[in-house]
Amino acid sequence: MEQIFHLEQEKIEIKENKCEDIELQDVLELALEMGRTLLRNGAEIFRVEETITHVCNHYNVKELNLFVLSNGIFITAEKEGRETYAKIKHIPLSGTHLGIVDGVNDLSRRICAGEVELAEASVELEKIAARPPKRPYFRIIAAGIGCGCFCYLLDATILDSLRTVIVTMILNIFLVFGYRAKLSKMLVNTIGGCIAAFFAILICRENGIVIFSSVDKVIIGAIFSLIPGVAFVNSLRDIANSDIISGVVKLIDAILGFLYIAIGVGIVLATYNNIIGGSIL
Amino acid sequence: MIEFILVNFFCAGVGTMAYAVLFNVPKQYYFWAGMTGGLGWLIYCFIAHIGGAAPVCTFCGTVFVVLMSRVLAVYMKCPITIFLISGIFPMIPGSAVYYTVYYLVIDELTQAAMKGVLAFKLAFAIALGIVFVVSIPKKWFVWERLMRKVNEKSK
Repeated sequence: MEQIFHLEQEKIEIKENKCEDIELQDVLELALEMGRTLLRNGAEIFRVEETITHVCNHYNVKELNLFVLSNGIFITAEKEGRETYAKIKHIPLSGTHLGIVDGVNDLSRRICAGEVELAEASVELEKIAARPPKRPYFRIIAAGIGCGCFCYLLDATILDSLRTVIVTMILNIFLVFGYRAKLSKMLVNTIGGCIAAFFAILICRENGIVIFSSVDKVIIGAIFSLIPGVAFVNSLRDIANSDIISGVVKLIDAILGFLYIAIGVGIVLATYNNIIGGSIL
Repeated sequence: MIEFILVNFFCAGVGTMAYAVLFNVPKQYYFWAGMTGGLGWLIYCFIAHIGGAAPVCTFCGTVFVVLMSRVLAVYMKCPITIFLISGIFPMIPGSAVYYTVYYLVIDELTQAAMKGVLAFKLAFAIALGIVFVVSIPKKWFVWERLMRKVNEKSK
């Protein structure tokens, strides 16, 4: 008799727990989704951890265990010693959209200030995550101007800067198509390097003779739009915050990016060098 | 001299702004992202002018950019990443990496090694600059708390 009574009591307890769990689960789903959105769009590990912890603290989820890597979030929450929620989310390394990072950051601040309800917050998060990137033609023009300016900083002449603008725009047209076709990072960077070097050699001519002092500068300027700056800076910041694992993963990602670009440029230069015979280069 | 300063500031600033556009930074931050990049590059040029080696210039420029990004991030209540990533772009050693490959291709290995080591030094200078400033405790940048303390003391 006693045992049966005990069992029934446990059942009731479980039922009660389930009622409370619904809210707990909602809170954690929201927090996890926010973390995932941040991580996808180029936030650092530290910010993801802080955001999830702040949101959970605001909704009184106390026993939270969190482990964030550069491509995954592991989260468990416990209540009265019993595990009630556990989830792992895989996040591929992908592009950068700092506008979304800023939006989620702002949302988390407002949640913590108590200005947004739970249901509203998830709707708003969906809206933020769906913010479109800049239009392709706008990106192409921006990249052209940016690389032209950076090229001028390297003691280039104005003519070289203008050439850089043209080469960069051609390169970025390829990049837009590359991202749309979901080519791998290695392919995009290698072919990008090839395109930059090829068009630089093609465009830097005076009276049909290639001028190599300006080919250098045009290539350097153009490959600025391929350089994995976000991965590089974020990896260093992760390492500085002692998130060594994620930092090293991103650092290798950045170094490989540099390497692929170098291979692409190298292929074209070496080919050209061999065709001409090496005397001019 | 003034012309040199203006041209460099303008180019670095506009370049940085263009990169802010590429990384989809919200519109209201374009101007300050450009300022960060431009002023950081001016610091770089100034150190180069008084005779600093390239890694020292890069280090000083990076420290300035990161400091300015942190202050702006607190002031404008947004992630530091917004100003930092685009602001640091003028300092990234693209040319050193390029010349390493170039000399490798034309088989001048001594030159290639020199440029390669230079690229590594520059990257390390950026790393050091970022790590130094990021490690400063957060509360040093929160002016409101500081001002409140000053006010309480004065009362």
